[in-house]
Amino acid sequence: MKINTIKDLLNADIICCEDGLEHHVYSACGSDMMSDVLAYVKDQAVLMTGLVNSQVIRTAEMMDMKCIVFVRSKLPTAEMIELAKDSGIVLLATSKRMYEACGILYSNGLVGNRARNV
Amino acid sequence: MSEILNFHFDVDGDDFTSAGKASVQVKKNLRQLGLPPEIIRRVSIAMYEGEINMVIHAGGGKADVNVTEEYVEILLCDNGPGIKDVEQAMQEGFSTATDNIRSLGFGAGMGLPNMKRYSDYMDIKSKVGEGTDITMRVNIN
Repeated sequence: MKINTIKDLLNADIICCEDGLEHHVYSACGSDMMSDVLAYVKDQAVLMTGLVNSQVIRTAEMMDMKCIVFVRSKLPTAEMIELAKDSGIVLLATSKRMYEACGILYSNGLVGNRARNV
Repeated sequence: MSEILNFHFDVDGDDFTSAGKASVQVKKNLRQLGLPPEIIRRVSIAMYEGEINMVIHAGGGKADVNVTEEYVEILLCDNGPGIKDVEQAMQEGFSTATDNIRSLGFGAGMGLPNMKRYSDYMDIKSKVGEGTDITMRVNIN
């Protein structure tokens, strides 16, 4: 799924790194606990979260993620946007809640887990 | 003996916002060295978890990363309160973090287990009241 499709499906606003909208992603995850993201995420390229602090961007950077979607109308700070720009991570923001946002993407084919080396 | 590259960082313990800076820099450096992406990811995550721990538990410390032909070594050294029971701290879900730390997205008791999971070798030396030294290695081949 293109990141652009995620934006459309979630009726999300683009915060930064519009250039990355054409990237394809194959799986996603949703969590407000960065500890869990670091522990359980494998190849998921999209993080959905309602947490707003710099560690969200750094966690995504560590996991080689391509896109972060802020749910529940949360908005990243200016510092977070700068960090995301440095790493080329697309930031999106949607008013949808986590459960609904995840459900929409999942039912449109963006799975939660993808076997490695595929 | 081939050359060993060293990167040194002072980790600021007063600022949660800047926690992880050193790990991001290490990731960039390792990319420039052309190491395989999977190795870079494992090193970065292990170091990031360690750096976060240093900031939330120990008031900061020092981090050194050595790159040899065989492995990437991460040395984390702090003068924090130390770990009372390392075996207990290694259990998934065990955490002494405050609710405030949890509200920042950390403190789920996954840090140390994660560091072990992503490294090929890990050693913890800790003394209560003196601090903690952690060595991690990720093999390149």
